[in-house]
Amino acid sequence: MANMAQAIRMALHYSETHLGVSEIFGQDVGAPLGGVFTCTQGLKTTWNTPLDERGIVGAAIGLGLAGQRCVAEIQFCDYIFNTIDLLKMVGNTSWTTNGQYNLPIVLMTPTGAGIRGSVYHSHSFDAWASRLPGWKIVMPSTPLDAYGLLLSAVKDPNPVLFLKPKSLLRIRGEELIPGEPSNEKELKQRIDAPLGDRSFWQPNWPDLQDFEVPIGKAKIVRSGDELTVISYGRTLPLCLKVAEKLKANIGVSIEVIDLRSIYPYDWQTMKASIKKTGRVLFVNEDTEVTNFGEHLVYRTTQDLFYDLMARPKVLAGKNIPGIGLYPAMEEASVPYEHEIEKEILEILAEVP
Amino acid sequence: MIQNQSSKLKVNSKKSSPKVQKIKAARTSKSTDDFMGLEASLVKQIFNLMLKSRVLEERLIKIYKAGEAFFWIGAPGEEAFGVPLGLLVNKGHGIKHDYLHLHYRATPTVVAMGMPMIDSIRLIMNKVTDPHTGGRNFSNHYCIPKWNVTPITSPIGVQYNFAIGTGLAQSKDQSSGISIITGGDAGTAESDFASCLIWSSRPERPLPLLITVQNNGWGISTAYSGQHGEKNIADRGKAFGIRTRLINGNDPIETYIALKEEMDYIRKERKPVLLEAYVSRLYGHSSASGANLDDKETDCLALFSQRIKDSGLMSNQDISELRNTFEAEARDAMETARQEAFPSPDSIWDHTYFQSENADWRNF
Repeated sequence: MANMAQAIRMALHYSETHLGVSEIFGQDVGAPLGGVFTCTQGLKTTWNTPLDERGIVGAAIGLGLAGQRCVAEIQFCDYIFNTIDLLKMVGNTSWTTNGQYNLPIVLMTPTGAGIRGSVYHSHSFDAWASRLPGWKIVMPSTPLDAYGLLLSAVKDPNPVLFLKPKSLLRIRGEELIPGEPSNEKELKQRIDAPLGDRSFWQPNWPDLQDFEVPIGKAKIVRSGDELTVISYGRTLPLCLKVAEKLKANIGVSIEVIDLRSIYPYDWQTMKASIKKTGRVLFVNEDTEVTNFGEHLVYRTTQDLFYDLMARPKVLAGKNIPGIGLYPAMEEASVPYEHEIEKEILEILAEVP
Repeated sequence: MIQNQSSKLKVNSKKSSPKVQKIKAARTSKSTDDFMGLEASLVKQIFNLMLKSRVLEERLIKIYKAGEAFFWIGAPGEEAFGVPLGLLVNKGHGIKHDYLHLHYRATPTVVAMGMPMIDSIRLIMNKVTDPHTGGRNFSNHYCIPKWNVTPITSPIGVQYNFAIGTGLAQSKDQSSGISIITGGDAGTAESDFASCLIWSSRPERPLPLLITVQNNGWGISTAYSGQHGEKNIADRGKAFGIRTRLINGNDPIETYIALKEEMDYIRKERKPVLLEAYVSRLYGHSSASGANLDDKETDCLALFSQRIKDSGLMSNQDISELRNTFEAEARDAMETARQEAFPSPDSIWDHTYFQSENADWRNF
């Protein structure tokens, strides 16, 4: 099965051959590197930009104003902050022009911890991004969802921020992408650039098919009826693992929802689940004060106050300005399995 | 200060293109001022539009002062630059035409392109009929997609950055469309200006950009010497191998000829030009500083009126009749706009997303 980096690459190939994407650009996005996580290897419309994040976003805006479809990348979300006023402008372009201009651009950026990335390769952007009205924001946790969400993002007439959970980019999926060869080695041989000299290398793309994961639709990845865990990105598979472990160890039944879209978000799926279980934990790794999960807790208390059996909770990154390089520091800073388990057990133990 | 800088700028007649020289030779007028060879009809058209733009701006200020607008920012003093620019634009929609990335002193340019006065008045009065923003934004924040006039924003300098993208789109196209940026001298301190110089001059993919700076010697309340160390902003282009030019933007004839030459170069060579024009700021930065006439500044319209009269192209009476006509047009436009509706409060969610897809999380 493809890993997420390969899935993104295949989605971009499909986009430039079938969906009219004319420019894919960012720092080290083009040959020879094809992206620091190899997500843009072998594509025909990629090119390398100056090391200028504002220029990258500005170029995307201008291409959007000219009605062209592009995919731009900020190499790590930790470096997106000097573009935040431009992101605000992207979000308000349709609104301020009274609908006369829309910007059909996709901006992708790797986010989150999990690769021992220290202070400037570990931060998250989802909470910040949720304060940028006019954008759609998505974050996959599986290769197939990455493929489907990216195709939906490219087709969307609005700006879409595609957050790549960097620690999951090398993780293989459990479902085939439509058109993907079932033999993993064959896929690698066809689309992964060789080590060393790549000047004569050409990918041999499989015959990929269209596939959409609709923006705004969550996915129940594990059914349960005693507690709901809602997450996205890096922490989603951790939540799933903890749910399986608690089922095996103490027989508790936990429902796990992969939100997939941060904005617009699938409240109906969340609401139905929380109504059923009466207990909910929101897990993400951006910092905890004014975290996006807090907004979801607010909605939970507004819509489901009398259905709750326990206080709804958010488990997020600690409100500190950096993530330390030493593993024990990182694991104390952002959610890992031990903390997710502890929170779940506390919520389960609460008596209304 | 502006005048001193301007006087240093002598027009080098050797720089005139062969076409301009031909026009010069063909000209029959016997007046002593030959307007550097431009046709009399064009000279009159430039004057006409400068006057129209000025009258419109004066009306906008009156509307603000009468309490019928919350804010004014605009372009009186930039007519001699903005009108020739608007006349030279390859106007239309799409990458085969010119893109305009303008700043909030763009009235002369869009008036020269043909924007009716009433559309600017609707904008400053926040009327729902405002075709630029639907009554959502400040005066002079124009947006005219049918002419590639991309949305003008309040943050300064970002337009230099956005032009990279339209320039990229045009760099792949075989037509002669270019991307034009206007901005103030103070705004060039933003990194977006540096981005524009760097991205447009890369040998791998040069961009067809006309990068202009209207140097009025001010950044809001701070004079040039408190904003810049460089002698000329245009000199910054030299480090990138970008062709540069300094002009007296208070002279519409010099401006027209210089812009035409530079635009012809960009259309043909598909490479950027950085052009700096010295202009004036006649009513201060915005209504925040009072919007009162500053009589220490050079008035390009007064100078050009005198020149037009001296040349015999128009009489005093012709000019005052023209002014009266424009003033009546502006007054009538205001009266019409007054009768029009304001945007309704329930429209706040509209256009957050394309085709007003639901943006209100309460309805998710």
